[in-house]
Amino acid sequence: MNAHTNVEAAPLLAVSSLSKRFGDVNAVRNVSFEIERGKTFGLVGESGSGKSTVARLVLRLLEPTTGAVHFDGQDIGLLNASKLRSERQHMQMIFQDPYGSLNPRMTVEEIIAEPMLVHNLGTVKDRKATAERLIGEVGLPKSSLSRYPHEFSGGQRQRIAVARALSTRPTFIVADEPVSALDVSVQAQVLNLMCDLRDQYQTTMLFISHDLRVVQFMCDVIAVMYLGQIVEQGPRQRIYEVPSHPYTRALLSSAPGTDRDKRTVLEGEIPSAHNVPKGCAFCTRCPIAENICRERAPQTTQVEDGHSVACHFA
Amino acid sequence: MLRYIGKRFLLILPTIFVPLIMVFLLLRLSPGDPAGMILGDQATAEQIAALRAELGLNEPLGVQFVIWLKNIVTLDLGNSLFFRDPVVEIIPRYAGVTVGLATIALVLAILIAVIAGSFSALKRNSIVDRSIVTTTVLGISVPEFWFALILVFVFAVTLRWLPVAGYTPPSAGIIAWGTSIALPALALGIRQSALMTRMMRSSMLDVLGEPYITTARAQGLPEHVVIGRYAMKTAAIPVVTVVGLSAGYMLGGTVAIEIIFALPGLGRLLVEAVARRDFPVVEGGVLAISLILAALNLIIDIIYAIIDPRIRYK
Amino acid sequence: MTSSISSNILVVEDLSLSLKSGKTVLPIITNVSFSVSKGESVALVGESGCGKSITASAILGLPPENAVVTGSIWLNGIEISKLDKQGRRKLCGQKIGFIFQEPMTALHPTLTIGRQLTDTLRLHLGLSKRAAMDRAAELLDRVGIPRPREILKGYVHELSGGMRQRVMIALAISCGPELVIADEPTTALDVTIQAQVLDLLDEMRAELGLAMVFITHDLEVVGDHCDRAVVMYAGDVIEYGSSQDVVSSPSHPYTVGLIDATPANNEDRDRLVPIPGTVPPVGHWPSGCRFAPRCSLSDDHCRSRPEFMKANVTDIRCWHPDGRVSQ
Repeated sequence: MNAHTNVEAAPLLAVSSLSKRFGDVNAVRNVSFEIERGKTFGLVGESGSGKSTVARLVLRLLEPTTGAVHFDGQDIGLLNASKLRSERQHMQMIFQDPYGSLNPRMTVEEIIAEPMLVHNLGTVKDRKATAERLIGEVGLPKSSLSRYPHEFSGGQRQRIAVARALSTRPTFIVADEPVSALDVSVQAQVLNLMCDLRDQYQTTMLFISHDLRVVQFMCDVIAVMYLGQIVEQGPRQRIYEVPSHPYTRALLSSAPGTDRDKRTVLEGEIPSAHNVPKGCAFCTRCPIAENICRERAPQTTQVEDGHSVACHFA
Repeated sequence: MLRYIGKRFLLILPTIFVPLIMVFLLLRLSPGDPAGMILGDQATAEQIAALRAELGLNEPLGVQFVIWLKNIVTLDLGNSLFFRDPVVEIIPRYAGVTVGLATIALVLAILIAVIAGSFSALKRNSIVDRSIVTTTVLGISVPEFWFALILVFVFAVTLRWLPVAGYTPPSAGIIAWGTSIALPALALGIRQSALMTRMMRSSMLDVLGEPYITTARAQGLPEHVVIGRYAMKTAAIPVVTVVGLSAGYMLGGTVAIEIIFALPGLGRLLVEAVARRDFPVVEGGVLAISLILAALNLIIDIIYAIIDPRIRYK
Repeated sequence: MTSSISSNILVVEDLSLSLKSGKTVLPIITNVSFSVSKGESVALVGESGCGKSITASAILGLPPENAVVTGSIWLNGIEISKLDKQGRRKLCGQKIGFIFQEPMTALHPTLTIGRQLTDTLRLHLGLSKRAAMDRAAELLDRVGIPRPREILKGYVHELSGGMRQRVMIALAISCGPELVIADEPTTALDVTIQAQVLDLLDEMRAELGLAMVFITHDLEVVGDHCDRAVVMYAGDVIEYGSSQDVVSSPSHPYTVGLIDATPANNEDRDRLVPIPGTVPPVGHWPSGCRFAPRCSLSDDHCRSRPEFMKANVTDIRCWHPDGRVSQ
């Protein structure tokens, strides 16, 4: 970290014009955003919107087709394998599936200590001490350390996943649908825990979810994705108070609990990523689409400071 | 569908030619002079030279290969050195016996497997299930020839229901043919049947736990339709995959069975031809077996595509 | 109760189910009672493992093999819980339609959609193959599937998630049932598609006068789409009332906790209020009030099993209907 003190004011993560193709599928198209230090950035979207692909591109678990990711001032696309490896201790990931993401043959202690082992941090004793401290911080008894993942409930496993992600004291955590598989009462426990630890460790976070309620609770800045593109991006209150893209409005109003007369139920299906509509990708389902939307893709424009929208009518 | 079949057809061509090329090379590249090997120790130099000329062995290997390939494609396989008849006439006589034997064995094996395997799954953990599973373990561990001898001892020697050995062609009456081939077919099929039974059982158990079976029941469909149509249709898929392998295995297994039961089949012909150094017959036999296997695999691929529409698109 | 049996499509009375494995008997649901009238939608709400899906399987007559079921179930005035297995099976698909959570796995992967629909139609309505096909096409058209004739020839993997669930709905309503049980019908769908499917279900219910049991974990869906709500926790019904009342002024500490734990839509909060602890493992329910170990109101009373009491606007199985710890 000391080497980068001069960029302390700069965003921790800067993603510019990121695109990813898989065969003939454009999974992510020209995505740009920045995450300031200590902030949580939310990516919302339905299945196929490309939000999980963005997460993997950001961590360079996938190579982008075009575009660049700057982490802490460095272009991580230019790092060689060993530099990337050592940089990875500053970035950790929490996955959706609390059942599949923990190795069933490792004890909880081994799971939590593994990232430290991989990055060769501390002595055996240090790692044990860290695991003991973290298991307490995520609200599980110390005796959990010698047990195996299958002995825990979904919520408890996700706590273990959080402890593992924190073990290298990362500056940046990517959480991909971390509470989607959990029941509401447990979900609240895990979300609170993530908030507390984020504040305690001053972690910057990329938080991915399809659940607008969860994103609203967790995030400072929110980007809405549709078919591989960011259609709207802005501070949390602005997105929820003055949603400016018709898709964001529909998404917010489709959420259960919205007054029936205020709802816009979108017609039709999400088009396949093999066959993205011409012009604006949303034009096939948009309630306000005009001819121009079917012909020309809209530019991303600023509607107010830090709030941008890709729509001809914003 | 036609495109799928076409593609499969192209894919089986190598399975025909690779074994043939191996036989070609084995014959030409084995140490010593093939003509000398064929004629044995007593041959004179003139005889060997004459045979070399007849077999075209004086040409360079490349030229020999082209001539050989042309002969194969035009089905000109030469004359048997032992019978003096054209190979294309000898092979079908023997192949018919083998194909009949293997087909009956396969049909028996599938019938037993589907019935016993499904029954076992439906009556899981019952005494019937346990005894079926135990029997399959026995079936898998016992080699065919041993099983053949047991069958002969029980049904032919002790009970005197069926002949000990020998072959009656179907032209002499279907029943007579059936009795002459029943024991060999059973001996040949039992091991594959045991394997398939186990596969059917585990596949059926998996399918019975699938939600679409619950749906079928929740739609009020009677149990025999739920099992016979809804469960069987998917449970059979893995078994069909094994049938291809089993058939290949059985064609190999016919050698021992044909010798034990004194059946004039392809396996026995091949063994004898090798012993007599009747190389045109060996080549013809290998060609026939490759063709049969290839045809069989094509048929299985087509059946596979019919019962599982999901694979046509891959 | 007899009058309600005749005026309701479905009456579930004192339904209990336990699972037997070897010598141990695990109680899964205990004394579940509720009713659904024509055109009404009643929600069974609760978190995973609370017993809502197994309640549905008991109503269908398709409980797990090792289940022991007691209590009675009345469908349109007939006590179906007294029927034998075959009698129950005949009602399935005909009088009772069922919609599953995951249409991808709930529809057969290698039978055509047409085949699955016509199998049911021919069985219950005695239609010819052609008439059944025609009816199937009408049904698909009715649930908003474009090009129904083409879809009938296709397979489930060729459809999107929303379309699959529409097929499932068509299957459930195909024979004109009186009751439809929908088990988390939109949980696996995207938000915008979920809204479409929920609207379709409302529409079908109104049009066909269906009684509906709607199983969900999402209280906000309940408020929008159901008339009444039955909240379950650890195999017990712990609160029931009109869905508006249950969602906006719940009285049982569990329901209150569940609503507080949901990250609300229009509220800025720094922390959520979770329910402490976890749901006990299925069948290993605490004695007395099953929620007591996680409840802030629990006291000595809660060691014995509470009966239903009238609370503010709902009925709750709780010793503290006024929401206060007794002195």
